Amino acid sequence: MASIYPARRRRNSMWMSLSVAAAAFGLTWLFLILAVLFWKGLAGISPDVFTQMTPPPGSPGGGLLNAIAGSLIMTVIGVAVGAPLGMLAGTYLAEYGKHSRLAFVVRFINDILLSAPSIVIGLFVYEIIVAPMGHFSGFAGAVALAILVIPVVVRTTEDMLNLVPNTLREAGAALGMPRSTVIQRIAYRAARAGLVTGVLLATARVSGETAPLLFTALNNQFWSWNFNQPISSLPVVIFQFALSPYKDWQQLAWTGALIITLAILALSVTARTLSATKRGEA
Amino acid sequence: MDMASSNLQAEAAGAALRDKIVVKSLDFYYAPGGAKALKSVSLPLKLGKVTAFIGPSGCGKSTLLRVLNRMYDLYPGQHAEGEVLMDGENLLDPSLDLNLLRSRVGMVFQKPTPFPMSIYDNIAFGVRLYEKLPKSEMDGRVEQALKKAALWNEVKDKLKSSGLGLSGGQQQRLCIARSVAIRPEVILFDEPTSALDPIATAKIEELIDELSGDYTLAIVTHSMQQAARVSDFTAFMYLGEMIEFDDTKKVFTTPRDKRTQDYITGRFG
Repeated sequence: MASIYPARRRRNSMWMSLSVAAAAFGLTWLFLILAVLFWKGLAGISPDVFTQMTPPPGSPGGGLLNAIAGSLIMTVIGVAVGAPLGMLAGTYLAEYGKHSRLAFVVRFINDILLSAPSIVIGLFVYEIIVAPMGHFSGFAGAVALAILVIPVVVRTTEDMLNLVPNTLREAGAALGMPRSTVIQRIAYRAARAGLVTGVLLATARVSGETAPLLFTALNNQFWSWNFNQPISSLPVVIFQFALSPYKDWQQLAWTGALIITLAILALSVTARTLSATKRGEA
Repeated sequence: MDMASSNLQAEAAGAALRDKIVVKSLDFYYAPGGAKALKSVSLPLKLGKVTAFIGPSGCGKSTLLRVLNRMYDLYPGQHAEGEVLMDGENLLDPSLDLNLLRSRVGMVFQKPTPFPMSIYDNIAFGVRLYEKLPKSEMDGRVEQALKKAALWNEVKDKLKSSGLGLSGGQQQRLCIARSVAIRPEVILFDEPTSALDPIATAKIEELIDELSGDYTLAIVTHSMQQAARVSDFTAFMYLGEMIEFDDTKKVFTTPRDKRTQDYITGRFG
C-alpha cells in the first residue's frame, strides 16, 4: 500500500499544478482586459459624461447621457416584460408540468432560445415590428431585450423552484393549502433569493447586448423620450464610436464600456450576495 | 386466510373503543397497473388513541399513513382502492374536498418542515386558511398551539424571528403546533423523530402522549421501543400486508404471527 503512495502524491501535484496554470492563464486575460478598460475608461470620466448628450463628430466635449438613459429605459422595460413571463413559465415547468410532454417541449425550446445568438433575436424583432412599422424604435429594442430575458428567467426560476424541498410542499398541502397557495406563499418564499438572483443576472446579460438593438432601437444623437422613435443605448454608441476615426468619440466609447462593465459588476455582486444569504431567511 | 384472521383480530382489539377511522380492504398502487404497495389492508384507528405502524423498510407503513390524508393525490398515477371511513365518510371518495380533509387530518413529517417565515406566522398561516380572526384572538390561538406543543416557553420572546433558526427538535414541535392550531381531529406522524437526537425524541414522545385523548394519532416508526412507549395499538406490516393488529402490549409480549415475533425480537431476515 505505502509503496504506491509517493507516486499518487506526485500525480496529484502534477494535476493540481496543471489546473492552477489553466486558471491563471484564463484570469490573466480577464485581468488584462479589465486593466486596459480601467486605464482608458477612467481617463474620460467626468461630470460631462453623465450630463451631456453624445457629441457630433469633431466637436469637443459631449457625454453619454442620452445613451445611458436609453439603455436604462429599454433594459427596465425589457426586464419588466420578460421577467414575469419567464417566472410564470418557469413555475409551470417546475410545479405543474414537470414530467408532461408539453413541459419537455417547452424546456427544449427554451434551451435553444437560451443559446440562440442575440443577433437572431434582433433580426426576428426587425421582421415582426420594425419592418411593419416602417422605422426603428425604442419599443422594438425593449421587445428584443424582453425576448432575451425570458429564457434566462425561465431557466433560473425552474432551477430555483426545483431546489425547494418537496417535503415543504407536502407540509403545505398537509395543512390543506391549495396548490397555488403552496407555490406563492411557500415555494416562492423559500426560493426568493434565487429568483431575484435570476432576474438580476438576466438584467446584467441584456444590459450589455448590442446586436439585438442595432436592428431595433438603432441609435439617436439626441435626447428622446419618444418610444416610437429610435433611442440611443450604451452598447450601440460604444459600437459606433469605437469604430469611428474620431479621437474624442473613441474616448467616449472606452468610458461607456467602463460604465457598462461597472454596472454589470454591481449587479453580479448584488446577485452573489443575495444568493449567499441563507435561503428563506426573513 | 391471513387476511381474515387479521380482520378478526382488528375487530377484537379494543372493541369497547369507538373507531375514528376504519380502513377496509385497502389496496394501493404507485403506478397505474403496477404492483400493489398495499394488499387488502384493514384496521381501525381508535378515537383518542395512538396507533403505531411498524415493519421493515418498504413494508407500506408510510404508504398507509399517506392514504389517510390523501397525500398521495399530489402525485399523478398513485391510486388507492377500498374504503377508508372517517366517522362513516369514505375518504377515498373522488369528490371529497382534499383541503378540508387535510384540515381535519394533520400530518407531521420525518424531517422538520418549518415554512420560511417567522415562528408566529408558521402557525398563523395555517389558521388563516380557514378562519379570519382578529389579531388578539390569533395571538391567543398561536400561544395555545405553542403551549400544546410544549414550545411556548422556549419561543415566547422571539415569535417574530424565523422558524428556521430553531433547533431540529424545536422545529419539529413547531410543526406539531402548526398542525394542532387548525384543530384537526386526527394527526399523522411519519417517523417524526428519526432526524432528532434522543433528548428531542423524548420530548416529542412525551408530547404525543399528551396529545392522545384530545386527538386520534397514528405514528409510523422504525423504532420498536418507540412504538412500545407511545402507542396503545400496534399494527405490524410486512410486504404491503397487515400481518397483525392488536393492543401494543399484546403485540410486543404475545405476538400471534411468527413474522411479528421475528421482527420484534430483531431476528428478521
